[in-house]
Amino acid sequence: MSNPIKNPLAAEQLVADPVPSAGEPISMHPDADLSKTVGKIEVKNAKMSMRSVDVFYGDKQAIFDVNLDIARNEVIAMIGPSGCGKSTFLRCLNRMNDTIENCKVTGSVLLEGEDIYATKQDVVPLRAQVGMVFQKPNPFPKSIYDNVAYGPRIHGLAHSNVDLDEIVETSLQRAGLWSEVKDRLDQPGTGLSGGQQQRLCIARTIAVSPEVILMDEPCSALDPIATAKIEELIDELRSRFTIAIVTHSMQQAARVSNRTAYFHLGYLVEVGKTDDIFTNPNHKLTEDYITGRFG
Amino acid sequence: MSNSHSPSTIEIVNRNLAVRYARERRFRRLGLAAVLSGFAALIFLMVTIVGDGWRAFQQGYIELEINFDAEALEIDDPADDDQWQYADYTSLIRSALRERFPALQTRKEKKLLYSLVSPGADYQLANMLVENREWLGQVQRVRLPVDDDIDVLLKGYVDETLPEDERRISNAQIELVKGLKSSGEIALGFNHIFFTAGDSREPEQAGIRGALIGSFLTLVVTLSLSFPIAVAAAIYLEEFAPRNRITDIIEVNINNLAAVPSIVFGLLGLAVFLNLFGMPRSVPLVGGIVLTLMTLPTIIISSRAALKAVPPSIREAALGLGASKMQVIFHHVLPLALPGMLTGAIIGMAQALGETAPLLMIGMVAFIVDIPAGFTDPATVLPVQIFLWSDSPERGFVERTSAAIMVLLFFLIAMNAVAVLLRRRFERRW
Repeated sequence: MSNPIKNPLAAEQLVADPVPSAGEPISMHPDADLSKTVGKIEVKNAKMSMRSVDVFYGDKQAIFDVNLDIARNEVIAMIGPSGCGKSTFLRCLNRMNDTIENCKVTGSVLLEGEDIYATKQDVVPLRAQVGMVFQKPNPFPKSIYDNVAYGPRIHGLAHSNVDLDEIVETSLQRAGLWSEVKDRLDQPGTGLSGGQQQRLCIARTIAVSPEVILMDEPCSALDPIATAKIEELIDELRSRFTIAIVTHSMQQAARVSNRTAYFHLGYLVEVGKTDDIFTNPNHKLTEDYITGRFG
Repeated sequence: MSNSHSPSTIEIVNRNLAVRYARERRFRRLGLAAVLSGFAALIFLMVTIVGDGWRAFQQGYIELEINFDAEALEIDDPADDDQWQYADYTSLIRSALRERFPALQTRKEKKLLYSLVSPGADYQLANMLVENREWLGQVQRVRLPVDDDIDVLLKGYVDETLPEDERRISNAQIELVKGLKSSGEIALGFNHIFFTAGDSREPEQAGIRGALIGSFLTLVVTLSLSFPIAVAAAIYLEEFAPRNRITDIIEVNINNLAAVPSIVFGLLGLAVFLNLFGMPRSVPLVGGIVLTLMTLPTIIISSRAALKAVPPSIREAALGLGASKMQVIFHHVLPLALPGMLTGAIIGMAQALGETAPLLMIGMVAFIVDIPAGFTDPATVLPVQIFLWSDSPERGFVERTSAAIMVLLFFLIAMNAVAVLLRRRFERRW
């Protein structure tokens, strides 16, 4: 990889979701036309709306002209082979890519009609509105309570300690973790099992009451039982939040999402109702991917 | 060429196995030898230093019956402290010695007699009387340090078989001491002067307290300046500064400064702090500032390494919740990096504690008897004291040099132990 990226954040990100390079074994269908997305990208009264989004890492373009709307209270899954840019795209939605040096995003990303890349937009309130759950569970090395209370504390959401206790309790309840940890809130969050840690991270995210939750392969480090719990949780969260989830598991996308977007080599190839995508894909590449011909 | 039998993988592996294991054994033996030779050098150092130095913690004392006669001392106004302090205690000691040995009458004999007691013993006597003022007018048995030549004799360093004119102690002195020793009037005891006095020209009156306090004051200045500056610099360079040519140059220079000989920092201190700013010579304040300059690169480098070691996932988690950059650093990164930073700071401090060269340049090598009471009092430090004593010809200073090294090593070990403890205490898993 020729990217002269020195930032350690960038390095980790690139390992997690490498930019497609010439040497990568992603087969490209000879007839495939990537530049035009198949399916309906617009929704009525969209929560988020992305138009002509391009992302560059230095000279290398990772995302090409992606247009997509995310509806209110839907779960949208983003699938595609490794290095297709789905995680990069997800990280554009709350400007987490800002932390990566050399990363440049063009086009417009609207949240409730406001461009989050506008110069007057502050990333701090944006990330309070658009929360994120990461691939690897990353609780703070603090107590379970402090993990959940951290977001409300820094944003000043709780007016008293009683308030804060309540926020922590409801967040943990919504994340389905309350019954497991209510007697040991003062113990370190890092002492929980992997699945519990990930649910703690979800509780920590929803404690801030964001409008959109971005999930970057939240189950890839978890066993099937923990995965099932997280999927159940996503199902419950959809009534309150808009969720965008990147996943490697097509079964997971099929189980949890309303709509599915298929990415390939940085292009959004096809988007549509999850049922349609999995039963009747319109694009040859989508069909090849979901039938397991590559990926 | 016969391909009737091509060797199987396991045969090839087995053929090479012996060589591979032999290599491993050789490497392990080399490593063990390296560790053992280092350990042997350490043991040798310890044995020689302790062997030379342990006797410095002992000192010969002579018991004398002193008559604290107010008239002889010329103390007529007990309220006047100067009278107590500056009275003629030497003649008190001399008359006590004469009374103990009434037979010795000639000038030469008296001179011999007076040479038993340390020339600085009158200070000890003055301090005793000032602390026990009721002794005035009484006769008291007191213990006073003997002269360093007698001390050396007591410790058995004098070869009595040498001809009399080739040693510093005469036969008459030896006889005198032997008599007093058998009567228990001269004996070795714990050398408290070594821990309570400042420097002196007389070995038996010399102590390390002045140097210890000087070192302490200097390190206080160094720590309170270098730790905040280094941590602030490390945080800025690691978290805020853009990566460009200028920060690259700064980074190269910091690494470079860490390897600059310390005497250069001393010259800088001399030129800038003493000559340009007109700060006083030989004071812990300037010493501390110079050592700050010297330790800054070390602490900056270790602090940056500690910051770099904080996993990016923790930063991402905090950023993802909407924490500002400041909050990410102060709530998450700094607590995790602190053990590493503290370790770096203590190692820097240990380096500063053992540093001599730059302090010579700013005058901390001066002969200073008084114990410093503040940051702007003339002072010296432990390693410089060792340097000064190692240069002195008297036999008594040889063992005191080793004893001072032992004290310095003790503090170095204590500081490094604290570094390990702090690391264990604050280290958190993630």
